[in-house]
Amino acid sequence: MTTTLYTSDHEWLAIDGDVATVGITDYAQQQLGDVVFVELPKVGRALKKAEAAAVVESVKAASDVYAPISGEVLETNAELVAEPALVNSDAQGKAWFFKIKIADRSELGGLMDEAAYKAHTA
Amino acid sequence: MLAHDQNSLKRTPLYDLHVSLGGKMVPFAGYDMPVQYPAGVLKEHLHTRAKAGLFDVSHMGQLALRPKSGKVEDAARALERLVPQDIVAIAAGRQRYAQFTNDDGGILDDLMVANFGDHLFLVVNAACKDADEAHLRANLSDDCVIEQLADRALIALQGPKAEAALAKFCAEAPGLTFMDAGPHEVAGINCFVSRSGYTGEDGFEISVPSGDAERLARMLLENPDVLPIGLGARDSLRLEAGLCLYGHDIDTTTTPVEAALGWSVQKSRRTGGTRAGGFPGAAKILAHFDGGASRRRVGLLALGRAPVREGALLFANDAGGEPIGQVTSGGFGPSLNAPVAMGYVPTASSALGTKLFAEVRGQRLPLQVAAMPFVKNTYKR
Repeated sequence: MTTTLYTSDHEWLAIDGDVATVGITDYAQQQLGDVVFVELPKVGRALKKAEAAAVVESVKAASDVYAPISGEVLETNAELVAEPALVNSDAQGKAWFFKIKIADRSELGGLMDEAAYKAHTA
Repeated sequence: MLAHDQNSLKRTPLYDLHVSLGGKMVPFAGYDMPVQYPAGVLKEHLHTRAKAGLFDVSHMGQLALRPKSGKVEDAARALERLVPQDIVAIAAGRQRYAQFTNDDGGILDDLMVANFGDHLFLVVNAACKDADEAHLRANLSDDCVIEQLADRALIALQGPKAEAALAKFCAEAPGLTFMDAGPHEVAGINCFVSRSGYTGEDGFEISVPSGDAERLARMLLENPDVLPIGLGARDSLRLEAGLCLYGHDIDTTTTPVEAALGWSVQKSRRTGGTRAGGFPGAAKILAHFDGGASRRRVGLLALGRAPVREGALLFANDAGGEPIGQVTSGGFGPSLNAPVAMGYVPTASSALGTKLFAEVRGQRLPLQVAAMPFVKNTYKR
């Protein structure tokens, strides 16, 4: 069973056991506009919470995607690199960015559930 | 999103139209302007190249330069004191691209100058318009009456369907060729129409009295081929067209020669010409023509997929060394479906095909000096 959590920086995390799948929210993609480039972290990289982990670029601008929690990158989405527009069409599905092995479950406590995130973006 | 004080921003006569069309409003040059509409930058860009786009460029400055003598040639001769272009040679009903230069040969602003028969009509950049007006008043008041036409909006209609869209309201429009400019009625409104633009596409720029601007824009937008286009796509279109953005690709530190705008300086104003020199910074600009400049603006195509943006430093090699130049505009070119950029490099590194590297997020990304425009222009000559 997966639980989806959110950050105030508009990332989502689908938690399944000790693995979190990370992407940016539909709200975030609407703010960014047409995404034309995505750069993902290398598999095996140990990410620290809040460090720049990925880059998403629209026609107009580049934005960092920050690691929402600490942990090792297990897998990245090659399909997304090949087709960055997936962020616009399916931000919270096919357009996942990377999977991370959760290093410290206590970091999940600072994240929002869907209701709290909806209130945050309202 | 950046917070901004909406109250301090000016609005163009088309502000209500932008809001009603769902425009995402952002501050630009002191105005609250639409950066995009619901279609988004990518679709707006591609639509302009495929059909037609309508742009509100009313934030730009429109000025009339009226000769006190009554002879337009006197206004032209006066303006030649401030720009390196041949203004006298602009025939009635024609316009020309020009730059105001400073004493160091740098560019104070770039502009369009049209000969309307009895006076000159100037279109200047929004961010520079007050300074430009002051500059004109300080230098040309003996010869000209300078009038800022603040009661006029400016609408650009660009793209392969622009001619047909405008012809419906202005029978004379199809008869204009690239850089023709003059007063024409559009839907019965007294407008100034030029066949020009900032996208690389065929198209028109229509100066319209403010009170009629929204009505005219709505009439043009009734055509299903015409979509409203925001500043985001305006920027990506002009970048693909290789056109300079003032304050980025050209400024007070770049001469027209360094900026690869030498084509816009006619022979008559260069060394040996009939009216050589006589504009601010002439010594330096003519020296650049005669002896070459040490750097040059070039087009840059990234060899990878990552956009290389303004400010990125350029290097000769993939590691080490000092930067040899800098990107002044860059982003993603939707029509090319690839990153595009322009920037300044040493003249020795400016040959087409020269391989360079741009530093982006600590990595050196390979680029190649490429011909501009990146997308073939479709002007009606």
